[in-house]
Amino acid sequence: MSAIDKVIEVRGLTKTFGSFTAVNSISFDVRQGEIFGFLGANGAGKTTAMRMLCGLLSPSGGQATVAGFDVYRQPEDIKRNIGYMSQRFSLYEDLTPLENIYFYGGIYGLSRAQVRLKAEELMIKLGLQAEAHTQVRSLPLGWRQKLSFSVSLLHEPAIVFLDEPTGGVDPITRRQFWEMIYETAEKGTTVFVTTHYMDEAEYCERLTIMVDGEIRALGTPAEIKAETGQDSIDGVFQVLARGTSTR
Amino acid sequence: MAAIRIEQISKTYDQGKVQALKELSLTVQSGELFGLIGPDGAGKTSLLRILATLLLPDSGRASIGNWDVVKDYPLIRRNIGYMPGRFSLYQDLSVRENLEFFATVFQTTIKENYELIRDIFVQLEPFQDRRAGALSGGMKQKLALSCALIHRPKVLLLDEPTTGVDAVSRREFWDMLRQIRAQGITVLVSTPYMNEADLCDRVALMQDGTLMSVDTPSGIVGRFQQPLWSITGGKLYPLLLALRDHPRVDTVHPFGESLHLTMHPGAGDISPLLADMAAAGFEQVQAKRIAPEIEDCFMALMSGSGHAMQLD
Repeated sequence: MSAIDKVIEVRGLTKTFGSFTAVNSISFDVRQGEIFGFLGANGAGKTTAMRMLCGLLSPSGGQATVAGFDVYRQPEDIKRNIGYMSQRFSLYEDLTPLENIYFYGGIYGLSRAQVRLKAEELMIKLGLQAEAHTQVRSLPLGWRQKLSFSVSLLHEPAIVFLDEPTGGVDPITRRQFWEMIYETAEKGTTVFVTTHYMDEAEYCERLTIMVDGEIRALGTPAEIKAETGQDSIDGVFQVLARGTSTR
Repeated sequence: MAAIRIEQISKTYDQGKVQALKELSLTVQSGELFGLIGPDGAGKTSLLRILATLLLPDSGRASIGNWDVVKDYPLIRRNIGYMPGRFSLYQDLSVRENLEFFATVFQTTIKENYELIRDIFVQLEPFQDRRAGALSGGMKQKLALSCALIHRPKVLLLDEPTTGVDAVSRREFWDMLRQIRAQGITVLVSTPYMNEADLCDRVALMQDGTLMSVDTPSGIVGRFQQPLWSITGGKLYPLLLALRDHPRVDTVHPFGESLHLTMHPGAGDISPLLADMAAAGFEQVQAKRIAPEIEDCFMALMSGSGHAMQLD
């Protein structure tokens, strides 16, 4: 991987809270256009690590750059150059899809004309024309999640962080969502994704599994399965993540 | 004997604009571990809240044992355990204080029913003095389960206890549910994770306020009527797109490291399809006949492709 391809570079990244080490010297790279899965048990340090990479939390040690910006010195540049979507917070529920697009377009500094163009494109692509003026809260969860993902890409970020994007979504919509992920990655956007669905872990090009603040596995799903002698990522996860003390 | 009986229950919200439950009927037998399987918005929470006497149905009847959920709600409340989807214990009370509080409210003591929660609570004992709000996700869940069980309920209602929980903790939680069932307590549990259906005695597959199918997990899988193929080889996303466009293919879905595929009825053998894929540049494509999973069945029922699933 040449330096130019790397959109995320992490070396010895560490975060401590008092005497507790939430993230313990993790290192990995993510290249442009990759679908990178970030797995771990609850409490393993995933959220803390992600918050550091999104410029929301200053590390205690180590180095990391995201989209070419330093996590210590340039967190604001990172925020402007990444997309972020989570299951918990995504869209304003009392705004319509169009209002959400205009709002986020404005936040990300797109011109009025750009936003209008994007909005038209998105409404057609997601089949939401009839719902353009319906409050988001009345839309089925699957549509909200697809819209939310599209909104996180409005400013064409180099990387998009997806935090459990498919939780609770029906099995057909969940797969449609993953097709959107594939399309996004094929256009060159890096997708950094967390999930509790182990079948979805298999869709990632490479993944890491965090246990107790450390990276215990890193590689393609096939490599990780071969190293641990398991025939599924679920099997790997059960072996590696079991036995942590603070769950 | 029926532990839970639901007859033609309907529930709407927002002045009838949102129909959460549509004339739904279901019977759960005493001592069963029964799963309500469905995505967000299927109506699982509405149904559980009606059974927990926290929500009135628009029409229809439901009972727990011989008690009606509307008329006899005080009796039901004393005899069920309910664990809502959102963590609902007192965050600023300690682990021990929460458990004592619930025991007292139900006029019992921790000591009296300790045997029932021992296996679960033993994992919490090192953190007894920690505030509930400071526990990790998995520990909060164990505490909530202990509090729902401390009065030895006859029926336990659990609303998505494993949502957002990692795969290892989920498995542990299901082990606990099986132990509770072994104590003679009827357990009705909802989950959006299709693969958890296999851990239940019987399940209802739920979508848009109705039940699409009710049976044992193996019974549901047995209704899948078409040959199902697992397809592997090469990059799956381009292969998925190519297969979807092929005239012989009925359905094709990504499933972890493979694709699950059915052919149109009467489309014949799979080998010509594989030959076409090879000709299109997908060289190492392999097909294997496999048994369907609950998720295959759920998707077939959802898409309403009548030939794929034998209906109730």
